[in-house]
Amino acid sequence: MSDDILLKVRDLKIGATVYPPGEKPHDIEIVHGVSFDLERGKVLGLIGESGAGKSTIGLASMAYGRGGVEITGGEVWVNGRDILKSPHSDVRKLRGGEVTYVSQSAAASFNPAKKIMDQVVEAAVEQKKFSRKEAEGRARELFAKLGLPDPDNIGDRYPHQVSGGQLQRCMTALALCPEPDLVVFDEPTTALDVTTQIDVLMAIKEAIADTGVAALYITHDLAVVAQVSDDIMVLRMGDTVEYGSTDQIINNPQEEYTQALVSVRSIEHEEKQPTQEPVLSVDGITARYKGLNFDVLHNVNVELHPGQTLAIVGESGSGKSTLARVITGLLPPRDGEITFAGRKLSPDLKGRTREDLRELQMIYQMADVAMNPRQTVGTIIGRPLEFYFNMRGSEKRKRIVELLDEIELGEKFIDRYPAELSGGQKQRVCIARSLAAKPKMIICDEVTSALDPLVADGILKLLLDLQKIEDVAYLFITHDLATVRAISDSIAVMYQGRVARYGSKSHVLTPPFDDYTDLLLSSVPEMHLGWLEEVVAHRKMESAGN
Amino acid sequence: MHPIIKLVSQRLALGFLLLFGASALIFGLTEALPGDAAQAVLGQSATPEALANLREEMGLNRPALTRYFEWLGGIVQGDLGQSLTNKLDIAESIGKRLGNTLFLASVAAVVSVPLAIFLGLLAVRFQNRWPDKLISAITLTTVSVPEFLIGYVLIYFISVKLGWFSSLAMVNDSMSFGQKLYAVALPAFVLTLVVLAQMMRMTRAAILNLMQSAYIETAELKGLSTFQVIARHAFPNAISPIVNVVMLNLAYLVVGVVVVEVVFVYPGMGQYLVDAVTKRDVPVVLACGVVFAAVYIGLNMVADIVSILANPRLRHPK
Repeated sequence: MSDDILLKVRDLKIGATVYPPGEKPHDIEIVHGVSFDLERGKVLGLIGESGAGKSTIGLASMAYGRGGVEITGGEVWVNGRDILKSPHSDVRKLRGGEVTYVSQSAAASFNPAKKIMDQVVEAAVEQKKFSRKEAEGRARELFAKLGLPDPDNIGDRYPHQVSGGQLQRCMTALALCPEPDLVVFDEPTTALDVTTQIDVLMAIKEAIADTGVAALYITHDLAVVAQVSDDIMVLRMGDTVEYGSTDQIINNPQEEYTQALVSVRSIEHEEKQPTQEPVLSVDGITARYKGLNFDVLHNVNVELHPGQTLAIVGESGSGKSTLARVITGLLPPRDGEITFAGRKLSPDLKGRTREDLRELQMIYQMADVAMNPRQTVGTIIGRPLEFYFNMRGSEKRKRIVELLDEIELGEKFIDRYPAELSGGQKQRVCIARSLAAKPKMIICDEVTSALDPLVADGILKLLLDLQKIEDVAYLFITHDLATVRAISDSIAVMYQGRVARYGSKSHVLTPPFDDYTDLLLSSVPEMHLGWLEEVVAHRKMESAGN
Repeated sequence: MHPIIKLVSQRLALGFLLLFGASALIFGLTEALPGDAAQAVLGQSATPEALANLREEMGLNRPALTRYFEWLGGIVQGDLGQSLTNKLDIAESIGKRLGNTLFLASVAAVVSVPLAIFLGLLAVRFQNRWPDKLISAITLTTVSVPEFLIGYVLIYFISVKLGWFSSLAMVNDSMSFGQKLYAVALPAFVLTLVVLAQMMRMTRAAILNLMQSAYIETAELKGLSTFQVIARHAFPNAISPIVNVVMLNLAYLVVGVVVVEVVFVYPGMGQYLVDAVTKRDVPVVLACGVVFAAVYIGLNMVADIVSILANPRLRHPK
């Protein structure tokens, strides 16, 4: 039976050199002896949070270390030879020939200066697997199989001329073109919208089944990996937590950490009823960007009540971030008006008073670029205290410490720099900074999207707790429906610049749905086996019925 | 309209505007200098009456603006005026000398541009290893030594001691192309050494900057060799910055050759300009200034246009 083992990894150890601020560079181990087997034609899911070492392990199956990463020990057997001991010329044949790679961001992984076809066939031709002509024919077949439009000609386009979801499929075609034995999928659908993800996921799954290729499927999303893999390995901080069949991991997880991953997003939040006057009311907003000849927002009307959360949910291009720009005054609307705390807001940022600015704060997706890397946490949180309340000295320090306690970090963080914080801690500091201004409302723009699920959960819980203490309203912009369920009191679903559905949480999430909301809700991966097939079959039935 | 056509025509219009501005600046600066053409012709000891008469005769009493537009009108029609010292038509004298300068600059460019880019690619391939360090050391040394010194050192060893090349780079119309090449070999070599470093280091920096990109990783994971990755995947994206620095250096080859031409007594624009300055031949200085400005602006305009054409997003809009 050992002939069926395509990839055999034994006690794999991977190290890297780190350059911590203020310390000497030193070597650390990031993967501590991981072992697994992968049979031909099977799919193994590697799952874990950031820093778990899952991408690093995936790339090690091509004897590749990203950046300063180096494989320090163990064995990686592909097709019966240990590639860590093979000569470099052999490793080059393996890469792009026997093992290929699909990255998270196809947009960044395609060379912007070359046509898609040239890049898709390159490895197959270079590794002498096919002639250029054969490879192009194969590529067209794959384009068709992956559901790309105009498969005969799409290869003549440049990467910027196709959409993100299409490019991700082209990347899959690129990986399958040389007829490899193994494909490493590294978060191939993470950067996509949910409604696009479902199509790409299905395309990948069918392509795997049709070609009989084996795959390592790397993701942080357990619900996604449950749809495509035969076995799952749960990783944490470079160690194997649990390794078993997909069925066992999802339905009968043994380890506490796996159980936490399976049950993540279990926040219970009782929907509040709108009672008082709204703190924010957006009336008939229509807006467009300078230089465009079409509107990106059409007659948007929403209200947010004090101490409550309005979730603006939609996919990329739906206009949800544009709405935030209009509310903050960065983009004056063409029509409509915004009423905030009982007064009309100037459409333009320049016309807003300091009080307007103080009471309307913002938190961003990328916490690390929203902070000055050369300022300490204390300076960052203290700045609004000085600016809005003229606080100085011990009074300011006392308030900073209070805020640090509220975000569950504590006084010991006051002198740290952003680089010394984890992603979740950085976002907490950003939350404290916005709370320091004692705002009536905070716009949260995808604040948990860049975080791991468990960390994101912690941030959402914190935001809910703070809402109770500070009585602050949140305008919560997100593409993630699980987050919406967890935190919102009312919801506005946006689609192509319009509000497709709006109302209380229970109203918006209860059938009957409009077509778009139905599509959106049914596209969110669910954590049970066979979900993907069910949804796809259901949709086929519906379209046949129409 | 295709965005490329729009952008390119914008560049062209801007180029002409710049050239117009440069001509005004050159004219204004020579106006601001003490003394004028009449003073230069008659010398320091001329009587005020003689000066006044000559100024009247040369039309120097008319307002500067009128004379500027007359001069500009002449240039547009190809008339650069007459030299004060030898009364020859400037356009004719410049034509021949500009040809010589362009010949020397082209020889230097044909050698230095491909060499610099190749060395830059090589330096990236062997980044921080000895070939990279050697290339950097040599090119930085040659760019740090003044070109006249390199010129004289080469003349001393290669012309005087070894006798392989003449120390005078004389060319004339009766020479064949091969003879001309032989004559300009030494000055072209000096120029190559001068411009090599900047182009090579810019190529290296521009490509290294791209080597962190995700698409470079994709190319590496296709099993391509490092040099294939650099030449096929990094270089096409680095064309814009490289072309810019190449054009700056080409402009330097034409405009900055003054010193090298003087060292090798080469009958080019540089020599002509230096002669005119020492003889206070204002019309010639003006004409040389405009020609140099035109070359400089023209080459930079080409760099801009190539950058625009190298951008696939502009070439193939959605």
